[in-house]
Amino acid sequence: MQTALHIVVCAGIVPDPLQTLEPITTPAGPGLKNEMVLPAVLDPWAASALYEAAVLAAKAPGSKVWLVSLGPKAKLQQVMMTVAQKVAFELAPIDGPIGGFPDAHATAAVLAETIAKLPGLDRERLLLFGGWESATRGAGVTLQLVGERLGITDQFQGVDQVNLRDDGSFEVLERVEGGKHQVSVCAGAPAVLGWATGNLAEPRNNPQVGMANMRTIMPALQKAPAVKLEANGLSYISVALPKQQRTTRVVKDMSPDEIAAELAAWIGAE
Amino acid sequence: MATATAPTNKIMLTLPGDPVRQIQWRFTDRFDLQMLVQSSRTVARGTVARLVAAGERNTHEWTHGKQEMMEAFDRAGVTAAFMEPDEGGFISGPKNLALALSAFELAWVDGGAATASMASFLALSPLHERGTKEQVSHYKKLAAPPQPGEDRKPWRGAFALTEPIPYVGVDTGMLNGKISIEEWKDGQEPWLHVDKRGRFITNIAFANFVAAAVGSNDPRIKGTCVVILEDGDEGTFDRGTPTKKLVHQLSSTGDPVFSLKVPANRIVGGYTVKDGVLVPNFNHGEVIEAVFRRTRVPVGLMTSAKLLSAIEPIIRYQRQRFRGAEGSKAGSVRYEQGIQQREDALHRLVDIWATGEAGASMGFAAARLFDTLEPLEKQKAATMSERGIQGGRMEMKALKESEQKAVELLGRTQGHTHRIEFEAALEADPLVDFVIKDAEANVICPATKLWNTGHGSNLLREALSLMGGYGITEDCPGFLGNKWMDSALEAIYEGPEAVQRRQLTITMTSEVFLAQFRAWTAEMRHIASHRPGTGACTLGSAMNLWLWTLRYLQNTNDPDGNKLYHGQRQGVTFAMADALCWLLASRYQILDVLELETKGPLDPVVAEGLAGTLQFLSDLCHTQAAQAAGEASRICGELVFGYNRHPSWKDEDHKFCFLASELDEYELTMPGITAMAVDVLDEDGRHPEKAGPCADCAGSSEFLRLQNKLTMCLSGARLAKDRAAETVSKVMIPEALDYPV
Repeated sequence: MQTALHIVVCAGIVPDPLQTLEPITTPAGPGLKNEMVLPAVLDPWAASALYEAAVLAAKAPGSKVWLVSLGPKAKLQQVMMTVAQKVAFELAPIDGPIGGFPDAHATAAVLAETIAKLPGLDRERLLLFGGWESATRGAGVTLQLVGERLGITDQFQGVDQVNLRDDGSFEVLERVEGGKHQVSVCAGAPAVLGWATGNLAEPRNNPQVGMANMRTIMPALQKAPAVKLEANGLSYISVALPKQQRTTRVVKDMSPDEIAAELAAWIGAE
Repeated sequence: MATATAPTNKIMLTLPGDPVRQIQWRFTDRFDLQMLVQSSRTVARGTVARLVAAGERNTHEWTHGKQEMMEAFDRAGVTAAFMEPDEGGFISGPKNLALALSAFELAWVDGGAATASMASFLALSPLHERGTKEQVSHYKKLAAPPQPGEDRKPWRGAFALTEPIPYVGVDTGMLNGKISIEEWKDGQEPWLHVDKRGRFITNIAFANFVAAAVGSNDPRIKGTCVVILEDGDEGTFDRGTPTKKLVHQLSSTGDPVFSLKVPANRIVGGYTVKDGVLVPNFNHGEVIEAVFRRTRVPVGLMTSAKLLSAIEPIIRYQRQRFRGAEGSKAGSVRYEQGIQQREDALHRLVDIWATGEAGASMGFAAARLFDTLEPLEKQKAATMSERGIQGGRMEMKALKESEQKAVELLGRTQGHTHRIEFEAALEADPLVDFVIKDAEANVICPATKLWNTGHGSNLLREALSLMGGYGITEDCPGFLGNKWMDSALEAIYEGPEAVQRRQLTITMTSEVFLAQFRAWTAEMRHIASHRPGTGACTLGSAMNLWLWTLRYLQNTNDPDGNKLYHGQRQGVTFAMADALCWLLASRYQILDVLELETKGPLDPVVAEGLAGTLQFLSDLCHTQAAQAAGEASRICGELVFGYNRHPSWKDEDHKFCFLASELDEYELTMPGITAMAVDVLDEDGRHPEKAGPCADCAGSSEFLRLQNKLTMCLSGARLAKDRAAETVSKVMIPEALDYPV
């Protein structure tokens, strides 16, 4: 018999990666051009965490999944029209600024405070999920900081798989160098798990799941507390998109071995 | 007069996104619909786009890939959109807007996919509209996708109306399919024999049931009906050969043959037995009328979706056109703007965009109207029943009174100042409310089907041409070549253009509709007075001209004494129907922009950059209004003057012409008269080089006054187009299309 879990997934929203993302300087600091009007999606790494959470919760009867998300309320609502159709969860929205430039400590403080106040949450059964990475400007430390603030010291990053055991412990596969995984066994909740991509395909949209989620999502959005994140002295000297490199050569009659050797040399040079 | 506002330089930041569309098309507070949009979009830009990109359209056969698409519809809730929650669906109440939105999303990628999804609903529609409670519940539950824990395949349906030559559905009043009594034991349900051959029947490759229109060839059955056939029925259920369509290949189409024994309870809407004769409760015409009235709207929207879907790929193509070419260095105007340096490329794209917006606005307005009308129809039926009114003639007589009240009310409450009184009056009298909305629906439905698909198809060809040779290849981003070809079918199926024009010929002359039309004209003037720059004033003038022309044509005969406005005179009636469609589409487009202006500031996402979005969409309205006005002016002018014989230089016709010598005399007492005289004959009877003296016709001065006013009302329209073009050249678009090519 699996132990019922309380899984809290921290997930931000990011501009749809297909959009034109152009860094600009705004009065509030760095940002993206037209960011507020660009269509947004749930951060893909955090989305993986959400789908994994739903699958784990289904394996442990009595479990519950919360999604804690910080972003402009109106944009969260739009994103929920898709995300809510994927899996069952309860939303804990926080009405705050968009983007990944705010200070990770300030963000973590708000998230931890919100999680601590979740009604019915049993912190002894808490698995704190989130993305190991982010599609935009991830500081790479927010999830860890949230865990620290909640007093959770068992933390795993780059997680691709969690196998629950009957005694409440679980096995974790974390990504390490060379495409391999490090296998750990954790005695049980509470723990922090920063997910890589996991192994699950994106669940299909199911409006019936969405309608069920919406019964709690809309009231939650209406009551979402507004927060202002302190800069804590953080400033940016410059921001830029990662450079794209595209070197195309048209070569005829090259053998597969030669192509492979050239690719290996190119990758090795990176 | 047209806009008096000074042009401002507000540029729309990005292509209009979901929050903008939700406000324009009025489903901001409908989360069920917003989710359906996302679901349909995921299937369209995922499964469907991959099928198209993989060349699945290159076969007429029903393939595994195409079947997967149907299953993707089931999983995503697209199939369930037609059902009530207790039937396995998730949307309560009327679903016209829901189905319209879903079809719009699917057609954004492929019209055939949209048709495949809609065809299942079309098969269920006869039951939904006229079926007995048991029939509705039985077939909808079978057609609903399996619920969690259920292990079954959903039933799929087909609607079989069209028949082989010589009928081919051209005249739905003629049916070759026959129904007769096969067995009728005392006290038991009769068994029927159905013989039906269908042609171009959608979904037939996999349909489990077919709603077939048939006529009686047995004295024991009266008239015609629609009957449900199942693939397990005793007899022949031959799906026939696939139709070799050049378009919509993701939907299944074929020519089936049925010869089946079915119980009489399969007659849609049931039957009664009178004097030993089985009388269907609804003849096939009554069923079809109820069905097509609604299902034609999503078809119109499909073409509009394709027009709007063409914008992003065209902009990307235009901007990147010269990249990679020698001499086109990064940072140069040629590199950055590509073909968008040229005004013509921008203006043509503005026309396509404006048409897409207008069609979408009119189509979604029609879908919403049917959602409103549905409960009113039920209320009307209940009221009639309470009053003991039964049968078509009695009902028509009873509604006549409400129609008169409606006309009076509309005449009394024109303009926004009387809006509250108007709304209160409608609430107080649901029958009046019904006749007003019914009159609008009777016009807006065929208008959507006719204009969106017909004119839309023309503009899709234009879209294709903006992609150069690329446009007509399979590799064209956005599948524009497919979309253009598909639009030709959309203009034909579910009632070709002539059928829609024929319907408009009748419905647009209803006094209730015309009273509304007058009110709408006043509404446009009112809008123009407080919101110039939308083209509302231009449109108001064009509406006035159309109305004047209609009255003129209704009361005028041609030189042979034949009535000009007559059902058989399609040269007049159909042309007027065409002109009306232009005007209506433009009106709904303007109303949607005003809705955005009102509600946009309340949404923080929309509010960001709203000024630029409003400016651009208003400029599109103005551009479209000018085009609509131009079309109406051309058509009306041709009809008013075109049925007069041109005067000739024969004695009889030129007897009112001045002689040159007469003018010389008159000039002494009326200086300047020579300059006013148009047709002057000289002493030898020689006349100016033209066909004859200039024509005139009764009332022409009033027509010319209206037309002249309309022409002046075009002021500012091209400035609006220039502004819109500037936005098209600057608006930010995504890095790549969000579906494969």
